[in-house]
Amino acid sequence: MKGMTSIVRDVTRLVAGVVMVYGVYVSCTGHLTPGGGFAGGVIIMAGVVMLVLAFGGERANELLAESRCHVLDGSGALAFALVALLGFFAGGFFVNFLPRGRVHQLVSGGMILPANLAISLKVAAGLIGIFLALVLATRQPSSQE
Amino acid sequence: MTIDLFILLLIGFMLAAGLIAVETSDLLSAVIAVGAAGFALSVIDLLLGAPDLAFPQVLVEIITLVLLIRMIMTRRDTSRQTPRDTLRTAVVLLGGGVFLVAAFLAVVGLGAGATVPAFGEPLLAGGHPGVSAAYLWQFDKDTGVANCVMGILLDYRAYDTLGEATVIFVAIMGGYVVLRKVGRKRQAQEPSP
Repeated sequence: MKGMTSIVRDVTRLVAGVVMVYGVYVSCTGHLTPGGGFAGGVIIMAGVVMLVLAFGGERANELLAESRCHVLDGSGALAFALVALLGFFAGGFFVNFLPRGRVHQLVSGGMILPANLAISLKVAAGLIGIFLALVLATRQPSSQE
Repeated sequence: MTIDLFILLLIGFMLAAGLIAVETSDLLSAVIAVGAAGFALSVIDLLLGAPDLAFPQVLVEIITLVLLIRMIMTRRDTSRQTPRDTLRTAVVLLGGGVFLVAAFLAVVGLGAGATVPAFGEPLLAGGHPGVSAAYLWQFDKDTGVANCVMGILLDYRAYDTLGEATVIFVAIMGGYVVLRKVGRKRQAQEPSP
């Protein structure tokens, strides 16, 4: 899969970083505004999809190998399970073990912020990995025929 | 009342888009019709006051459209004409009619009254104080979040979110299994029978 024209490349170079930072923002403020880990992860993935479509699959594979996506995906899932397991310090599975804090502050809600971050990492890495696998699979002509 | 009318119009639009997606012979038109149905669903979410749902819906819809159009552009030739089948269409129409009658009976009722609560009434609000009402009264003290939806998703009902995360994990693993390169190479090296 080839990249696109230089106009698309330059616009993508300007915009993709902002898109990804917005994704991190959405997943960090899921307990204050609508959004959360899933939406933030999908926004981060959208930024990477822009980069892959504009610069081509080979370049994307150099920057972010698919195997690294597997590791990040698994570690996100592990982190979410770890947040759930740490609730045993307060009495049980998924019990909110951190102090609640004041409502409307960034650091509030106890374990909800780390859980959102873990979900965001998991969703972003998993979907980027699937997207890279699809792009690289369609690049090769199928060998059955 | 006007919002109800808007939502009914959008549901009609979604039904039309779904029918076009099933019946059209061009794969690209089918994908675009599916996308239109998804965007109409996100507008319905917004009208019902659920930005938490509308936000990921729009995002996933955009990504899915990009992915599907990308796939169709690269392998255009795999589309195949589905044969017209009168019996199948009749069975589907009959099933749809039975479903509509059941839904009508559930919402309006025959004489004993509706078994489904009216539109906009929460299901778990009954009793003293009721689960929904209790969540809405206490969520800031219980969970310390400002966004009630996130408090329910990741504190009251965190088990459900764990199940959802597991579903995504398994789905992604299934995708990797289908698309993995090891199997492709081995299949290509073996002489075809």
